[in-house]
Amino acid sequence: HSAHLYTPILLVLIAVKIHQNKRYRLRYSNRARPITMQAQMQFRSARTASCVRASSGRAQPKVLCRAFNSMESPFAEELKKNAAYIAQKGKGILASDESNATTGKRLQSVGVDNTEENRRDWRELLYTAPGLGQYVSGAIMFEETLYQKARNGSQFVDILLAQGIYPGIKVDTGLQVLPGGKGETTTQGLDNLADRCKAYRKQGAKFAKWRAVIKIGEAGCPSTTAILENAHGLARYAQICQENGLVPIVEPEVTLGPGDYSIDETAFWSERVYSHVMRLLNEYGVILEGILLKPNMCLPGLDAPVANPEEVARVTVRTMMRSIPPAVPGIHFLSGGMSEEEATLNLQALNDEAPNAPWALTFSYGRALQATTLKTWAGKESNWAAAQDILVKLAKANSEAAAGKFKGPHPVPGGGRILQALRTGGSGK
Amino acid sequence: MAADLASVAAKLAAPGKGLLASDESTGTIGKRLEKAGLPNTKDIRRAYRELYYTTPGIGQYISGVIMFKETLYQSTAAGRRFVDVLADEGVMAGIKVDEGLAPLPGGGEGETYTKGLEGLEAACREYVMAGAKFAKWRATLKVTDSLPSDLAVERNAEDLARYAKVCQECGLVPVVEPEILIDGAHSQTRFGVVTERVLGATVAALWRQGVALEGCLLKPQMVIPGAEAEGGKVAAEEVASHTVAALRRVVPPAVPGIMFLSGGQTEEEATINLDAINKEARVVGRCPWALSFSFGRALQASVLKLWSSDQTRVAEAQQLALALAQVNSEAALGQYTAAAGGHPSTLSGDSLRENFRGWSGQAPAGGAVPSPGGSGEEVLMAH
Repeated sequence: HSAHLYTPILLVLIAVKIHQNKRYRLRYSNRARPITMQAQMQFRSARTASCVRASSGRAQPKVLCRAFNSMESPFAEELKKNAAYIAQKGKGILASDESNATTGKRLQSVGVDNTEENRRDWRELLYTAPGLGQYVSGAIMFEETLYQKARNGSQFVDILLAQGIYPGIKVDTGLQVLPGGKGETTTQGLDNLADRCKAYRKQGAKFAKWRAVIKIGEAGCPSTTAILENAHGLARYAQICQENGLVPIVEPEVTLGPGDYSIDETAFWSERVYSHVMRLLNEYGVILEGILLKPNMCLPGLDAPVANPEEVARVTVRTMMRSIPPAVPGIHFLSGGMSEEEATLNLQALNDEAPNAPWALTFSYGRALQATTLKTWAGKESNWAAAQDILVKLAKANSEAAAGKFKGPHPVPGGGRILQALRTGGSGK
Repeated sequence: MAADLASVAAKLAAPGKGLLASDESTGTIGKRLEKAGLPNTKDIRRAYRELYYTTPGIGQYISGVIMFKETLYQSTAAGRRFVDVLADEGVMAGIKVDEGLAPLPGGGEGETYTKGLEGLEAACREYVMAGAKFAKWRATLKVTDSLPSDLAVERNAEDLARYAKVCQECGLVPVVEPEILIDGAHSQTRFGVVTERVLGATVAALWRQGVALEGCLLKPQMVIPGAEAEGGKVAAEEVASHTVAALRRVVPPAVPGIMFLSGGQTEEEATINLDAINKEARVVGRCPWALSFSFGRALQASVLKLWSSDQTRVAEAQQLALALAQVNSEAALGQYTAAAGGHPSTLSGDSLRENFRGWSGQAPAGGAVPSPGGSGEEVLMAH
């Protein structure tokens, strides 16, 4: 008999529960959709509000606010000075921070085994090249290399500093593939980064580097998730570095890949990525005078016709002018898959296009300084001097290009693209 | 279209040139006229603006004039349209397109958003036909220990960007004005921090909306301490170093010109500070945008005082207007040196600060203006 009473009450209770559940799902359903930057900003604001929004419709708090914290590092002046040194006109960076796995592939390509001794020999060749310091202001190292010594017992960091080359350190721990099946990645390495920075600084490093990779050219790439995730990683890394006395090189690489996408499409995605990165650097209180940028030049996809240096320069400069505030002292382009000659000619064209650019337009080259150097050495002691000679010639050509003064001929003309599969290794791999 | 916008923006930001902001709404100009003892009638407003627009030689120093809607359609006493008279001197006509401030729902006390997006496209097309080449929209942000809120920053940045996009689609160069109010006791350092935040958000929003930076201009406040800050005003060199540092951190080189508003500064302060900013920019280097002016009060206050005392002294008033424009042109080149008689301002020492520039929670008395849609409905503005 009492079921007659309880059933309607039960039904009412169930109806209320469903209603509440529906409201909950409606409120949070947009997490399933790609989150725009604006939505994410508002979402973050909501989380930092001092009052919790109740779902029951009580009067909401009037103010949604957060005091803006400027994060001026205690190392601010030193960071600005070091960044300005590395970005000085006519000099650039030698990127020699390949992980052990990647270095191994390179060594093996000239018949050299991937041992610690051989990796050490190879870097010694680079860092003791006579006169390299006239053209190179910084050298990025892998963690193993930062602690290595030359045959005569001198620390690599000291050898570099004696040449006027600031030691830098790759601090990311490699790429991780993002869900979605499109081969997009995020970069790892924030855990324990502060402690690692302290240790690297103690060893003599003055700057750091973190490589984020944005893939374009395939339908759906880049996704908003990939852009936000990589931008966040870069900004947080930069903040931690500055807090611990290292100048962060911020590297958002829109990677040269397969596809026939145009140079303007590369430019569009690059602008989008830089907009997010700059916004987050601003939000996180990173001092722009104390960072360096390491972007890609704007190039069409691998299956599209190669763009000539004037085109590359015009589009790349336009992209930088639209995106990078003048406080950044140096833009150090990566060489990606460009041949050694292409990398130099493009850099010269950039400086022709914008001789009065507010930032240095210079290089942070890996393959474009090392490919022929490595082939010349091929692991043979007898080739040591010749290999160092070609390295310094390449560095000189790019130094001239960075000053807008390269006239040719190029030390290694006619080379083809130096491509490789997407590198996912980082520190410790 | 993009190339035209870029060339118009470059002309507006040409070296040694700046903007005359004479776009005070009927309510705002009314307050000033009444304070000077003049009635706020349509003809007085027309005659007052005619003073500036027919100043011989004004085009040497002024590249553009921002007008209120009423003024865009007005003519000289002799019957020539203002737009044409200005064009003869090589001066471009601009138009204020926002419809004033309103309290921001969910925002902090005194925070606002700016009205006017509704119907903006139709209005812009009309203004282009009337001869306007550029537009302006003013957002305001308030500084306290906890303000501006995220909401105010993001909302105003987004609205500015949407306005800018509509303008560019219609062929007008947008002047983007995120004014950070000087009201308050905040320090110059805090002001700089807020400036970086607000301009950073604005630039990001401009990208999101697809606005071509080459075809727009920025109109920010110089970085100065709050009006009630401890220690009062600071030296021009301080203003310069804080302002240049903040701008270098957030404004990409593609923006051709940064045209400062004068806010509550006196005529002389505005010139001296602008000059210091340009000198600093040349010392620091790497400041790729023009650093110029878009002054309202700082180009008009002395002129109004003179003219209101005797409306027949037109030539004298025009000479004064020209002199004020000239010293600011020199300042925009970093070449201002006070002439033998000093700065032409006749009001040195008097602050030009007005306390109804933001939202006080009340509409200003007697300030009703028709909306651009021309529906006849009056809209109150705190502007």
